[in-house]
Amino acid sequence: MLKTFKLGGIHPPENKFSAGQAIQIAELPKVVSIPVAQHIGTPSVPVVAKGDKVKVGQLIAKSGGFVSANIHSSVSGTVAKLDLVPDSLGYPKQAIIINVDGDEWLETIDRSDALVKECDLDGPSIVQKVNESGIVGMGGATFPTHVKLVPPKGMKAEYLLINGVECEPYLTSDHRLMLEKSDEILVGTCLLMKALNVDKAIIGIENNKPDAIRLMTEKASKYKGIQVVPLKVKYPQGGEKQLIKAATGREVPSGALPIAVGCVVSNVGSAFAVYEAIQKNKPLFERVVTITGKSVQNPANLKVRIGTPVSELITAVGGLPEDTGKVISGGPMMGKALANMEVPVTKGTSGILMIPAKEARRNEVQPCIRCSRCVSACPMGLEPYLLMTVAEKNLLERAESERIMDCIECGSCSYTCPASRPLLDYIRFGKSRVGALIRARKN
Amino acid sequence: MSNLITVSPSPHVHTDESVQKIMYRVVVAMIPALVWSVVVFGFDALRVTMIAIAASVGFEYLVQRYIMKVKPSVTDGSALITGMLLAFNVPANLPWWIIIIGAFVSIGIGKLSFGGLGTNIFNPALVGRVFLLISFPVQMTSYPAPAGSGVDAVTAPTPLGLLKEGLMNGQPISEIAGNLPAATDLLMGTTGGSLGEISALMLIIGGIYMLIRKVITWHTPVAVLGSMFVVAAIFWMIDPEAYIGPAYHLLTGGAMLGAIFMATDMVSSPMTGKGQLIYGVGIGAITMSIRLFGAYPEGISFAILIMNAFTPLINNAVKPKRFGGMK
Ligand code: SF4
Ligand code: SF4
Repeated sequence: MLKTFKLGGIHPPENKFSAGQAIQIAELPKVVSIPVAQHIGTPSVPVVAKGDKVKVGQLIAKSGGFVSANIHSSVSGTVAKLDLVPDSLGYPKQAIIINVDGDEWLETIDRSDALVKECDLDGPSIVQKVNESGIVGMGGATFPTHVKLVPPKGMKAEYLLINGVECEPYLTSDHRLMLEKSDEILVGTCLLMKALNVDKAIIGIENNKPDAIRLMTEKASKYKGIQVVPLKVKYPQGGEKQLIKAATGREVPSGALPIAVGCVVSNVGSAFAVYEAIQKNKPLFERVVTITGKSVQNPANLKVRIGTPVSELITAVGGLPEDTGKVISGGPMMGKALANMEVPVTKGTSGILMIPAKEARRNEVQPCIRCSRCVSACPMGLEPYLLMTVAEKNLLERAESERIMDCIECGSCSYTCPASRPLLDYIRFGKSRVGALIRARKN
Repeated sequence: MSNLITVSPSPHVHTDESVQKIMYRVVVAMIPALVWSVVVFGFDALRVTMIAIAASVGFEYLVQRYIMKVKPSVTDGSALITGMLLAFNVPANLPWWIIIIGAFVSIGIGKLSFGGLGTNIFNPALVGRVFLLISFPVQMTSYPAPAGSGVDAVTAPTPLGLLKEGLMNGQPISEIAGNLPAATDLLMGTTGGSLGEISALMLIIGGIYMLIRKVITWHTPVAVLGSMFVVAAIFWMIDPEAYIGPAYHLLTGGAMLGAIFMATDMVSSPMTGKGQLIYGVGIGAITMSIRLFGAYPEGISFAILIMNAFTPLINNAVKPKRFGGMK
């Protein structure tokens, strides 16, 4: 029996159209717009000004605090301006706009494809380098990686978990990376193990990627302490808590972080970025993005420079299909709908998904028939139908005691509800109100 | 172009399940039992069912449209199910006007007075049935004789009715047994009884279909039937002359209909598996108390209604297993 997490979970159609498409290099854009807040935490502080010449890999915005990340130029050219540009939801956010000119990289970056296995850096130096290179969680959460590598006082990591689950339908960028950069990911994993001072790493991969499981298992045997664990396909197995449960059987207590059970989770994309940062001296300024959809002509996995407008990637796969009703940054379960196609790719953009209009429309909301499907689907053991009701009635204390803050916003409840009730919309609203209540209580 | 694009929060995909699909699966699950009752009771069974369905759907439409002044939701299939279940719970020769009264009570009082689908506390069809049982005891308990039963009489008593009568007259089971239908007849359903309750086999087939199509889970039916079995077995072992065996209880008196189709009504039963087990055991225990010590020979309808009332309490007390333990 394959391992998986126990509570809840769903199995939406996988639709991984681009799984067979090798990673290709996207065309260089003419202009990039690089937001200074691409990660969770404090925004970065620009260190360039209008008119400055920059090279690929050059630092353009400095980490704004401990939970923050450096940002590097993804192109060479001239800084056109520092300005507010609309983000995915249309809110203006500060960004550095650079006119592209040629493709001149910093000389310090090793651009060869040769695999470099050896590394003399000690743990703290690796953490330092990861911090300098601006690496964040690339699965979509965008939590700065160096922060995870320094466990809070009194806590000790025991396992490093590498998330190769890619449980979101449609997305294939991690899958391709595992197939094409397996050794690099494994070296990156070793570096992370050294940084954390752990001797055990588990790479979790869902069983719908048998080729990746085979290759990674074969390669991993040559690295000490790394084990590949095939997992039964179930959403949201890529959620940190669900992955830890599936791979180690440990259950992160309510309200706690993975380190509470001795685990640190990182994504395969991040492990690859760590490899490039340490072994190739290359900061994080490009990533693999899946561009896909049911009506998309040529679904693809493209290596994209951060700051490239989404519209250019859409053009690269054959243009926006006629029937498109929604464009999503990320996967269909947790991604964000885009209000405009000029928003840039950021460190957390795992995919661009075009959904046909007939699927984009929401069904008419019907009364709850108390079928308890949402309860069975919830991976956190919550009662979404009840949370929606208490959130709607603004019963915040009740919402808190029903553990609304445990919700990981995976969307399994809304997906599964036959009455098409917008459960997660209300739960999110409730969470923000309860969150405010908890903060007010602390002060 | 960009104003043609929808922007809404995640998730962006949805299952193709719907309330209608679930409801129509319940309807499909009831068809074997309905077909069987037409075989046994003839065209009358179909007549009663059609009147009950038409009246239920009609009342739902009229009350929602003209009294509640909301958009009628008759297409969701739930009124259709209520109508069918009501028909299943009455004799196949019930006069048409009694059926219409039953449908009105089921839909008007049992369902819409609480606010409509999803808000009713009690199973609507059972509210209608119990109302009829109390208001029209004669018509509701004179069952037509099944076709081919070899009996010339127009009406036939139910197996549990026969049993109760015999026990009341002070006869031991061994003496009554000769008059009772055999277990195989009960399983197939060639005995007297309500329209849809007679064939345990057809009801079980429907139940298995609903299990496979994930309309219901095993918890409620197993808990109801299991607890009935245990209680009946205990008394039977104490005195087999005063109490009939457990299998007999499970095959008669609407036990299967109640356990598989009535108690499993989503709206009026608990949300968690554990809650459904408690609820089911409650139904089984109350049913057996009524059958063994009460005035009515059957009793599962009352038991379900009583446990329906406890459902909100059970939902409050029994929470699903939370991830990350209890705080
Ligand atoms: S979104 Fe929250 S409530 Fe809904 S299934 Fe996921 S964890 Fe449970
Ligand atoms: S899945 Fe929808 S209809 Fe079913 S209990 Fe949950 S909210 Fe109600």
